[in-house]
Amino acid sequence: MAQIEQQTTVAAKPDERIRQVGFLTHMMRRPELGAVAGLVLVVVFFFFAADPSMFSLSGLMTILAPASQLGILAIAASLLMIGGEFDLSIGSMVAFTGLIFGALLTNFGQPLWISIVFTLMLAAVMGAVNGQIVIRTRLPSFIVTLAFLFILRGLTLVGLKWATGGSTELRGIEDVVGDGLLRQVFSGVAFQPLFNWLAEHDLIEKFDNGVPKVAGVPVSVLWFVGITGAATWMLLRTRVGNWIFAAGGDPVAARNSGVPVDRVKTGLFALTACAAALVAIITVLDAGSTDARRGFQKEFEAIIAAVIGGSLLTGGYGSAIGAFFGAIIFGLVSIGLTYTQFDSDWFQVFLGSMLLLAVLFNNFIRRKVTGER
Amino acid sequence: MADSKTAMSTPVIEVNNVVKHYGSVIALSGVSMKVSQGEVLCLLGDNGAGKSTLIKTLSGVVRPTSGDFLVEGKPVTFNSPRDALDAGIATVYQDLAMIPLMSITRNFFMGREPLKGIPPFRHIDFKHCHTVTHEEMRKIGIDIRDPNQAVGTLSGGERQCVAIARAVYFGAKVLILDEPTSALGVAQTSMVLKYIHQVQQKGLGVIFITHNVRHAYAVGSRFTVLNRGKTLGTCAKGEISIDELQNMMAGGKELQTLSDELGGTI
Repeated sequence: MAQIEQQTTVAAKPDERIRQVGFLTHMMRRPELGAVAGLVLVVVFFFFAADPSMFSLSGLMTILAPASQLGILAIAASLLMIGGEFDLSIGSMVAFTGLIFGALLTNFGQPLWISIVFTLMLAAVMGAVNGQIVIRTRLPSFIVTLAFLFILRGLTLVGLKWATGGSTELRGIEDVVGDGLLRQVFSGVAFQPLFNWLAEHDLIEKFDNGVPKVAGVPVSVLWFVGITGAATWMLLRTRVGNWIFAAGGDPVAARNSGVPVDRVKTGLFALTACAAALVAIITVLDAGSTDARRGFQKEFEAIIAAVIGGSLLTGGYGSAIGAFFGAIIFGLVSIGLTYTQFDSDWFQVFLGSMLLLAVLFNNFIRRKVTGER
Repeated sequence: MADSKTAMSTPVIEVNNVVKHYGSVIALSGVSMKVSQGEVLCLLGDNGAGKSTLIKTLSGVVRPTSGDFLVEGKPVTFNSPRDALDAGIATVYQDLAMIPLMSITRNFFMGREPLKGIPPFRHIDFKHCHTVTHEEMRKIGIDIRDPNQAVGTLSGGERQCVAIARAVYFGAKVLILDEPTSALGVAQTSMVLKYIHQVQQKGLGVIFITHNVRHAYAVGSRFTVLNRGKTLGTCAKGEISIDELQNMMAGGKELQTLSDELGGTI
């Protein structure tokens, strides 16, 4: 008895107020844990259920290309969610900025760089307007941006018909852009010489004529990785990052401590719109055309990816790396099902279940982190 | 009596006849008070006495409709909480002081993050932040293992202490504490009261808002009682007993009768 007592006092010696933090609890504090666990689950599932070609280089690139486009949106959406707001208009923003970008190139005959700069600037302004409406009216961002979901989608249709003289698809962008360094930054594939070299040395699959089956890494993947890195650094290391967490965690407490909450939120709305414009520029250049259904339902997919990535719907908690993995899970499941016996109609069922699981898991984690009971 | 100690120096904060109207509602109808360095002024008052409005005025959240507001003898007008902070007036709100989901360090430096590096790569100097947080927490007797742990894991008393320590660290001259003990247990309350005393010893002015007379009497040097938006009076510790203070706050003798009926438990 006395021995047991002694043991407890010795164990409690370092600090009687806080229990020993186990490695597991320490890991659980990382918001992206759920997404990593989900990714492992999904990979294991497809490893057994899918055709092995899914995990070949070309299979992976087919998954990564759409995942990266969604991922760029998801990272912006997760930053905004950490800041305590939503943007349901990003999908429509992709379509609308795609139209602006396409029309600038074709109808107005502007050079590529002017079109890109103008499209991004316009997106930033529109995002900021969204943010200002939310802040000044104090309405939930959910409802304000839901309005813009329809306004922008409608404007895209109207604009497309005006720009094309009645059609809902704007073509011929390929012909006016030309080929240049700037275009390569936003479209096509990167690391071509490397892939050629790898094919020459039989390190990757190639066609009979010696051309590698995978020409390179899609540039959208590079943007995706770069943006993930930049967003993570900003969130975890910079003052703005601290302000984003604070603005979403408790805007009143943040304001009392001197954090410019309104400016942070406006900036995040502008950033989200710019991410949508970037995706629009990449996809329009890749396809050489734009149409009215661009970015359809992407707002939901981006929010789902952010939630799977560990962002709380109530704000103040989440991570960009989580959203990164969330988007990859999304890509794996949507493309991966075609490699299995399952009908790809199961995709939405899978997606909904994944979302529900993620939300339950996140709530559990939040209680763990804050010590709530 | 009480003024003999502080009369030599100008009060850090002095308000005279402050009036605040919210539309047709008169929240403050002529409040006067002052606080000097190294003293704890307790603001007592029942619900609706105007305590919250007075704090909001002092901390720059609302602007008074009329009246004088002097900081170190100079008249001031605050347009935002930031202005008050810059003038050395720090307010610790009861439950709005900290963000539970954020780490102790992030909370401690929120809004005043020390930066290093060249412009596009400027970032928070977390090493410095962690060291400072650890050190400041140790000073007040909260030994945190990991400054990265979320504030939500701290107890209510510890959170109040962290918020006070933060204000002190960033050079506050006056601390406004909004009911820091109202939601706390006995042990936690004594922890906070002990720390308030410690802060006073350092020479800061403290405005301690409470409606618990015992807590006020434990640390206060002077007591200002508010009732219906007006100052009822100010007394120094030696001039008034705890029971008299209680009666003054309740606004009359009725409470005495009730207290007698209940066997002196109020």
